[in-house]
Amino acid sequence: MTDTSPIELALGPCLFNWPAERLLDFYRRIAEDAPVDRVYLGEVVCGKRMPFNDPVWPEAIDVLTRAGKEVVLSTLAQPVNKRERNILVQQAAYDMAIEINDMSMVPACSGRTFTAGPFLNIYNEASLGFLSARGAVSWCPPAELPLASIQKIAALVPEVDVELFAFGRLPLALSSRCYHARAHGLRKDSCQFVCDKDPDGMDVATLDGARFLAANGIQTLSDACHFAGLASGQLRAAGIKRLRLSPHSLDMTGVLKAFRAFLDGAIDAGGLEARLTEMDLPGPLCNAYLTGDPGWKKIALPA
Amino acid sequence: MTAASERRMELVCPAGTPATLRAAADAGADAIYCGFADETNARNFPGLNFSPEELSVSVAYAHERGAKVLVAINTFAQAGNTGLWKQAVDNAAACGADAIIAADIAVLDHAADKHPDVRLHLSVQAAANTPEAIGFYTETFGVRRVVLPRVFSVPEIAALNREIDVETEVFVFGGLCVMTEGRCSLSSYATGKSPNLTGVCSPPDHVDYAEDRAGRMKARLGGFTIDCFERGEPAGYPTLCKGRFSALGHTGYLFEDPVSLNAFELLEELAKAGVTALKIEGRQRGKAYIASVVSAFRKAVDGLSGGADASASIAALKALSEGGQQTTGSYRKTWR
Amino acid sequence: METFLTLLTRRLVARRPDLLRRLGTVVHVPIAIVPEDLPHAFLLSLDAIDSRVTLCGKDEIGDAQAVIRAPLLVLLGLLDGTYDGDAMFFSRDLRIEGKTEYVLALRNTLEEADLTPGEFLGLGAPAAGWINDIGSRVLAQARCLASAGAERRDKLSGRHS
Repeated sequence: MTDTSPIELALGPCLFNWPAERLLDFYRRIAEDAPVDRVYLGEVVCGKRMPFNDPVWPEAIDVLTRAGKEVVLSTLAQPVNKRERNILVQQAAYDMAIEINDMSMVPACSGRTFTAGPFLNIYNEASLGFLSARGAVSWCPPAELPLASIQKIAALVPEVDVELFAFGRLPLALSSRCYHARAHGLRKDSCQFVCDKDPDGMDVATLDGARFLAANGIQTLSDACHFAGLASGQLRAAGIKRLRLSPHSLDMTGVLKAFRAFLDGAIDAGGLEARLTEMDLPGPLCNAYLTGDPGWKKIALPA
Repeated sequence: MTAASERRMELVCPAGTPATLRAAADAGADAIYCGFADETNARNFPGLNFSPEELSVSVAYAHERGAKVLVAINTFAQAGNTGLWKQAVDNAAACGADAIIAADIAVLDHAADKHPDVRLHLSVQAAANTPEAIGFYTETFGVRRVVLPRVFSVPEIAALNREIDVETEVFVFGGLCVMTEGRCSLSSYATGKSPNLTGVCSPPDHVDYAEDRAGRMKARLGGFTIDCFERGEPAGYPTLCKGRFSALGHTGYLFEDPVSLNAFELLEELAKAGVTALKIEGRQRGKAYIASVVSAFRKAVDGLSGGADASASIAALKALSEGGQQTTGSYRKTWR
Repeated sequence: METFLTLLTRRLVARRPDLLRRLGTVVHVPIAIVPEDLPHAFLLSLDAIDSRVTLCGKDEIGDAQAVIRAPLLVLLGLLDGTYDGDAMFFSRDLRIEGKTEYVLALRNTLEEADLTPGEFLGLGAPAAGWINDIGSRVLAQARCLASAGAERRDKLSGRHS
């Protein structure tokens, strides 16, 4: 039997250091008007930001849940100290859906279900199958994993929902050093939270002036803005159930609406690209990770 | 004398070819790590690595000299093609390897299941950062040693060792990943190939050096300019994280200078922190590098238990380092 | 000279088939080796039966897929494993152009070849040991002279290391 249920849309966790009011305001608008099925929230990149954005989450969860959105708590990708490790253990005990982004959380999630996030190194069916046996019900593959590989894994581990990273600057690397602090001549321990100056990341160019990367605290992202212009039929054929759009400072509700229109067949891939290009994108569009090519490139995907 | 300094730390040395493996064994390595000539290991460069036949012969050579051989099968198995990785594990075991170094759950699971008698070491590519993550790997797969990500200071390593019940191995010399190993896809963003996907960072088939008449050399990766060196200025590999970029109107080494790790001065502290093994990076380097670095560190480790002073031999290694510069990396808190 | 080097290279390749496997895609690919202090360049092409070393002018290396440039003593030191290729590259004594992957494959294969003069000449054990001893003594002496010369030049030009 062919599955014809609509491809769902998810909003990924906000990777950037937005002030609390901005975050709350963002989730209120998403709850009000955005055609999104699932919303991931929580601090993923830097544990030092937690004291600032922690107060936001209860209200954001409340607003989104009342609007009928499925809320998933996304967790730290690189816990580094006792405090952060304790937070992960507490979060695993919450009575809400969670996404894990580090293997540290697997033991704490024993006996419960979880989403395997894009920061986990799941590159094949055996490792996804292994996590599935330990509670993984949903999986967002690493950004660099080609669609052909995702399709193979999805076919071999059908019990796990697959969610494709489909919009936003690509999360490329984590480090123990903070590049925002370094660029501002500060130390990580006394960083003054300067990553809040760049709501979409700090632009990094080559010596020739070519746009290249974006720094976000300890994280490095692409400069270019990835988008998966794959129609619902193609996604279903690849075993993908949901698309993940990563928050940026542009009109995310507009982005979600454009993707919904595209997935529903109201506009074609060209139309989606045109609508995105008109918006205030953080960088030029790219998509070549989907075909296993250099991620920064933009290539014509088979229709 | 403390218990920690009584126990001699093991010196783990790299080999990219049978000839460099012999050089490492002759120079006094306690253990030598190497990999097969395919995508199963994280130094998948042209002309490098071992066939199963070469590994067999090399294991015999190392064993005769009292050195162990650790086989790195430390990339992530390709979807739909995990057989290649499983075969590599089987081959390593058949060749008499003393341990397998792995990062991928698929590889660890196969090794633990099919070769329970072969020691398993957790590769740095697994980025096991916390006692919880390390506990997961040791309890699930019987991992006997963890190669620590290069993110910790020495006091943090000591604290970690108090919380875990497994051997730890730390890098002490050689090229340095600035990003957390196993969690970096900068290389595939520029070239389509990365450590996790294909076992290479900054693949040579995407590297291009161009020198102009004034002797300025531009190093590019996948068409992106990564650095530019004036005539006579020490150069480095065009690795993305060590390139020169511009941000906020300034140009410089945004992520890290092209430097290389040398933790010689910290060996005693590392011993006190409970570290079992010291690792030298450089499977892509030649016999000259291996012979000098291994013998200098052999002297340095022996020096901890009353051997001759190794400072002069260690100082001579500077000429072999990338960019001619060295750092103690994250081990000293200056990285914060 | 060409005939002699070609003959020795072919003998080496015949004796060590593992080296060709290690070379991989570099088989047949012409690589230029340019000793900066000599008037000529070498074009090297490796292959199971038809390996070739051609002596040519420095402006006649257009066919080469990759070019390796360094002073002769550095090149000889890389050949016999005295020098580390990466270190020579970091210090800018060695320069490469063209397809980096071919240079790397060749470098790694040479590392494995253990090219002492005796091995290259294909000599038996006693003769090889004798030739190697002479060879390494002569080369060590030449390196000493060259580095003394380099120091003098650095002093004259005011460059400090």
